[in-house]
Amino acid sequence: MKLKTIIMGSALFVGAALTGASAHAADKIRFATEGAWAPFNYIDSTGTPQGFDVDIAHALCAQMKADCEIVTQDWDGLIPGLKVRKFDAIIASMSITPEREKVVDFTNKYYSGGLRFLGRTGETVDLKNLDGKTIGAQRATLGAQYLEDNYSGKAKLKFYDNQDNVYLDLVSGRLDVVLSDELPTYNWLKTSGNGDKFEFKGDAFMKNDNIGIAVRKGDKLKDKLNEALKAILANGTYQKINAKYFPFSIY
Amino acid sequence: MIDLHGFGHQLLQGALVTVELALASLVVGLVLGLLGAAAKLSSIKPLQWIANIYTTLIRGLPELLTVLIIYFGATTVLMSIAGLFGYDEYIEIGAFAAGVTALGLTFGAYATEVFRGALQSIPKGQHESAVALGMGTFHKFYRIILPQVWRIALPGLGNLFLVLLKDTALVSVVGLEDIMRKANIAVSSTKEAFLFYLVAAIMYLVLTIVSMGVVSYLEKRARRGLTRG
Amino acid sequence: MDFSVVVEYFPRLLEGTWVSIQLVLLSIVLGGLFALPIALARISPVLWIRSLPFAYIFFFRGTPLLVQIFLVYYGASQFDVVRESVLWPILREPFWCAIIAFTLNTSAYTAEIFRGAIQAIPPGEVEACKVVGMSKTQMYRRVLLPRAFGIVLPAYGNEIILMLKGSALASTITILDLTGMARTIIARTYTPIEIFLAAGAIYLLISMVIIAIFRQVEKHQNRYLGSVSIKVPDKG
Repeated sequence: MKLKTIIMGSALFVGAALTGASAHAADKIRFATEGAWAPFNYIDSTGTPQGFDVDIAHALCAQMKADCEIVTQDWDGLIPGLKVRKFDAIIASMSITPEREKVVDFTNKYYSGGLRFLGRTGETVDLKNLDGKTIGAQRATLGAQYLEDNYSGKAKLKFYDNQDNVYLDLVSGRLDVVLSDELPTYNWLKTSGNGDKFEFKGDAFMKNDNIGIAVRKGDKLKDKLNEALKAILANGTYQKINAKYFPFSIY
Repeated sequence: MIDLHGFGHQLLQGALVTVELALASLVVGLVLGLLGAAAKLSSIKPLQWIANIYTTLIRGLPELLTVLIIYFGATTVLMSIAGLFGYDEYIEIGAFAAGVTALGLTFGAYATEVFRGALQSIPKGQHESAVALGMGTFHKFYRIILPQVWRIALPGLGNLFLVLLKDTALVSVVGLEDIMRKANIAVSSTKEAFLFYLVAAIMYLVLTIVSMGVVSYLEKRARRGLTRG
Repeated sequence: MDFSVVVEYFPRLLEGTWVSIQLVLLSIVLGGLFALPIALARISPVLWIRSLPFAYIFFFRGTPLLVQIFLVYYGASQFDVVRESVLWPILREPFWCAIIAFTLNTSAYTAEIFRGAIQAIPPGEVEACKVVGMSKTQMYRRVLLPRAFGIVLPAYGNEIILMLKGSALASTITILDLTGMARTIIARTYTPIEIFLAAGAIYLLISMVIIAIFRQVEKHQNRYLGSVSIKVPDKG
């Protein structure tokens, strides 16, 4: 291959690369999820996003009779990505917080959670005094923010790109305590094979942690989603999905 | 045989994305490199300035940061430019396009220097004889200069391609499903970090070896008019 | 765009900058120390001595730094043997994991730079050493290494800048270096463009300082001769 052939072919290639940069059809709704927050959202071995969030998104789309696509995006890129229109909604178990509400709009809650500490089985942890302990959480989550606000300068805080890496470091012993949402941790204790080595410490708190779907500020999609959400709650679809993952109601 | 927990197929798909990303970025980078070299060697001052700013900026920025800035920033910039022309539909830049742009820009900045060196090393006599034969500027460049530049620049470009191949791993942070991201996904569901990162490393090594083979074949071909044996 | 967030969070960006500088300095110094024996073994006439460094260099130059970091940080900690070893207090810290990965990586590249430089010394100088009756050690210490140092400078300066850029990957294993700090700030402010651009400007500034320092040292070191140049492969 000579350089000139390359140059001639390049025009085609560049064109092909930029076709990705076209405006996309307005009626297709693109939901972003994280894919590292089992059982709410995770990626299976065929590369497809799965989980409670994904099921809810599909149910909402069916209700709205809309064409939908689920894409995955690292957690700390979700809100920035929504702002620059890489997708239209975030359904990734995102808590509705005043900070986030400054930059995005949220639908009504589609489930509620709470924060809870996790530590080694049998180890007594004084949650009021975690000085000198290493505590881990996922970057840009409610848990991380809580740690920054309450333990900054006292305990050693470590923030991760995703929750799976938090667990990896808890198991390896780099972390003493982890703060995260109660429900996924509940699932992790049950399914990861580490249930006997780790346990919840203390009670869940911030129980009024409402989880919503984020959309761009002022986007009319919010009203459509709220309506669809009301409908699937009323017709039993929601309860079916709930039962698939948890034996109790998480609404 | 090592047990990949059913993720083997996913990893191969990731390898395909990595190769596509590397090749598309190579093409963009080669074009930018030639343009950059032409600008640096031109007698027009503003062109020289632009090319200098381009290479200095890109070569001083971490590639990871370039990828992040393009991914989050390019849409905003493109949309404000499009807005100037009264186009207010939104423009979507996917992870692939963002990756190609970022890696192409990086490759182009380094390739600018390689091409500049190669262009400068062509003896003046070659230009003069081309003109004496009655060739126009385009003809001269296309038939005489470019084939020689290609031969001289190849080893440098080959090295840059190997760098590019490894830099593709950075695009996994913006969600492109390349080898690296597939490995991350496999680790998160199997917890076998060592196994999957090692497999990923071996896949990159294989791609590197194949690329080195192709480059040395191209080098041999490019030299064929020059020496025998 | 709203650059007031940059002003507000500038002190934290500077904190991150300091971590980045520490990462680069330590890795470069340690990497340089490792690189010398690797380079010397690499040019050994004995096949089995030179094949090991060859494999080492090939692995670390042929795979992405990101993979190497993950292998050291998440890969190694997976094994009980590692977690129960005396090295665990070091391997448990992300900072030292990054230093280990960076050092291994940069030593492979630096070894190639050193090898190139040693081989670039004209054979006449080696012959001259032999003629005046120097031993091999003397020849290396008095002539080859000092000469190689002068030749190596431009490529070495380049390697430091590449290491600076590579150090941004430390952010992927929870280290709050300049990039990690930027990402943490963005997690609060949701202003990726402003903060990333500010971080980019700081990186540029540091690489300019490195370039300026190396220009001065080069002028000083090579003041007695014209230009000698060697070809060194780039890195990623």
